[in-house]
Amino acid sequence: MDMNFLDFEQPIAELEAKIEELRLVGDDNEINIQDEIERLQTKSRELTESIFSRLTPWQISQLARHPQRPYTLDYVAHLFGEFHELHGDRTFADDQAIVGGLARLDERPVMVIGHQKGRDTKEKIRRNFGMPRPEGYRKALRLMRLAERFRLPVLTFIDTPGAYPGVGAEERGQSEAIARNLQEMAALRVPVLCTVIGEGGSGGALAIGVGDRLLMLQYSTYSVISPEGCASILWKSADKAPVAAEAMGITSERLQELDLVDEVVAEPLGGAHRNPAATAKALKEALLRALGEIASLSPDALVERRYQRLMRYGEFTTAA
Amino acid sequence: MKFEAGEAAMSWFQKLVPSRIRTTGDNKRTVPEGLWDKCPGCNAILYRAEMERNLEVCPKCGYHNRIGARRRLDQFLDEEGREEIGAELESADPLKFKDSKKYKDRLLQAQKKTEEKDALVVMQGRLKGLDVVTAAFEFAFMGGSMGSVVGERFVRAVKRCLELGIPLVCFSASGGARMQESLFALMQMAKTSAALGRLRQRGIPFVSVMTDPTMGGVSASLAMLGDLNIAEPNALIGFAGPRVIEQTVRETLPEGFQRSEFLLEHGALDMILDRRELRERIADLLAILTHRG
Repeated sequence: MDMNFLDFEQPIAELEAKIEELRLVGDDNEINIQDEIERLQTKSRELTESIFSRLTPWQISQLARHPQRPYTLDYVAHLFGEFHELHGDRTFADDQAIVGGLARLDERPVMVIGHQKGRDTKEKIRRNFGMPRPEGYRKALRLMRLAERFRLPVLTFIDTPGAYPGVGAEERGQSEAIARNLQEMAALRVPVLCTVIGEGGSGGALAIGVGDRLLMLQYSTYSVISPEGCASILWKSADKAPVAAEAMGITSERLQELDLVDEVVAEPLGGAHRNPAATAKALKEALLRALGEIASLSPDALVERRYQRLMRYGEFTTAA
Repeated sequence: MKFEAGEAAMSWFQKLVPSRIRTTGDNKRTVPEGLWDKCPGCNAILYRAEMERNLEVCPKCGYHNRIGARRRLDQFLDEEGREEIGAELESADPLKFKDSKKYKDRLLQAQKKTEEKDALVVMQGRLKGLDVVTAAFEFAFMGGSMGSVVGERFVRAVKRCLELGIPLVCFSASGGARMQESLFALMQMAKTSAALGRLRQRGIPFVSVMTDPTMGGVSASLAMLGDLNIAEPNALIGFAGPRVIEQTVRETLPEGFQRSEFLLEHGALDMILDRRELRERIADLLAILTHRG
C-alpha cells in the first residue's frame, strides 16, 4: 500500500503506480508509449475527480490530517515575502506547537500565528503533534498584543488535534490560557483573520480562532470534539467515528451552510498536499480580499462588528 | 471533558431501606432521596432533613454533594425581588443530531428529569440587599453541557448586568461543550467570553464560583474569567478529563489532581469557600469591589 495515498485513494494509487511503471519501461526500451501514459493519466484524473466529488466527512477528516498536508510554516513560506519568527511567552517557555512572527503579505506588514505539527518523528515530538500547552496560547496572546500596539493585522492558521491534555498543562492553567485568549481576541483593535488549514480541534483551535472572518480550506475540519472522541462517548465505540463525523457536521461545506464559516477556499484536485503552491495562492487571494473588506473600518467599528458577530452565534427558539 | 449526565447512583444504604418509607412526590432533588443518606466522603449515616438544612454539605466531614441550579440560586439570593431571565429559550437542534438517541429526545428526557428547559438558570435578584444577576448550571441536565441556549442565557445575564451596572455571579457545574450542538456549542465559548470582556471593560465585577465538576469548554471560557475565581472544596476543575490525561501520559495521576485545592496551590483560584459561607462572603467581597459600606 502506498502511504502517499489514503485508503479510499488506493484505486488512484494503483493507476499512478502503473503510469510510473510504464515510464520506466519507456525509458529502458525507447518505445514510444506516450499515448498509453496519457490515456492512463486522463483516467487517473477522472477517477480522482470522481472519488473527490463524493467524499464522506470521515474521508475529509482523514485528508485534514494527511501526513503530507501542508502545515502553517509551509504556507508561511509560500504566502509571505518576509517572515521573522518570534519566540516565547516571556513567562515560562517557548511552546513549539504554536509558531508566530512578523511577516509581510505582499507589502503589508502583518502578524502571523499558527499551530505547527511536525513532519518526522523528532519534529512531531518537538511540536507535540500540534497540541499546545498554556505557554503556547500565552505566546500567541503576547504576539497579538504586540500586533495591536503596532497596528498589524493578525492572521491565524488553525491546525491542531486539540489543546494538550497533560498534567503540566493542567497545572499551568490550560483552561485559563484558552479562556483569556477568547476574551482578548474578541476585543483586539486590529483586524483578525482566522483560517482552518487542517484540523480544527475544539477549544485548542478556537483559542487562536476568534476573529473578523473565519475561513476554511476545503478539506479542513472544525469540531467541538474529534469524531473518535465523540463516537467513544455517544456511541461507546471509537469505531463509530465515521458516523460521528457525519452527525457533527465538521466539514467546510456543511459549516458554511450552517453559517458558521464565512468562506471556503477551494483546494487543488486531490487535496492541498497535491499542490501546496496552488493552495497557498488561492489562500493568499482570499486573505487579501478579506483584509481589504475590513481594512477601512476604524478600530472601534471593527471591534463592535466582531462583537455583534460573536453574539449571533447559536441556534435557539423562543417558546411562547 | 464531555459526558452525559450520569444517573445519581443509589447508595447501598438506600437499597437497604424499604421503599415504602422513602419520600416521594414533587420534591425533586439531585441528591438521592430517602430519609437517610450515606456521606460519600466519610460514610457517616446522615438524616436527610439535616442534610437539607446544611445545604447538602456533610456536617461531619464537610463533603459537598452536588446540588441543582434552582436550589443553588434559591439559597444564595434574598427571598424578595427575584426575576428569571431567558427562561423562554429552547434548543433548536440545528444539526438534527442523532446518536443512539435523537438529541431532541435527549432534551425531552433531560427536561422531564430536571424540570428545566436547559442546563443554565439565570436569575436577577438581591444578595443581602445588593442587586445582582446570578447564573447556575444544572449538572443533571445533560451534564451541565453548554449549547446555544446556555450561551445565550449567559450572555443575557451579562447584558442585564451591563444595563443596570450590577455584578454577576455564576455557579458553574458542567462537563463542557454540548457535543450534540457541535460547532455551535464550541462558539458559545467565544460568545460568553467576549460578553464577559464587556463587563470587564465597564468595571462591573464578575464572580465565578466553580463547583463539582467544572470541565472542558465551560472551564476554558466563562468559568476561568472571574474577577474573582472561587471554588467549593474538592471540586473537579480542569480542561481535559482525568481519564483522557491518564490515557495520554500513561501514568497514574497525582493524588488530588484537578481538585480545588490543587488549583489553589497552582494559582488558578483566589480562594476556596465552603458552600455554607458563600452567601456571606460573596456579599462582603462584592460590597468591597463596589465601594459599599
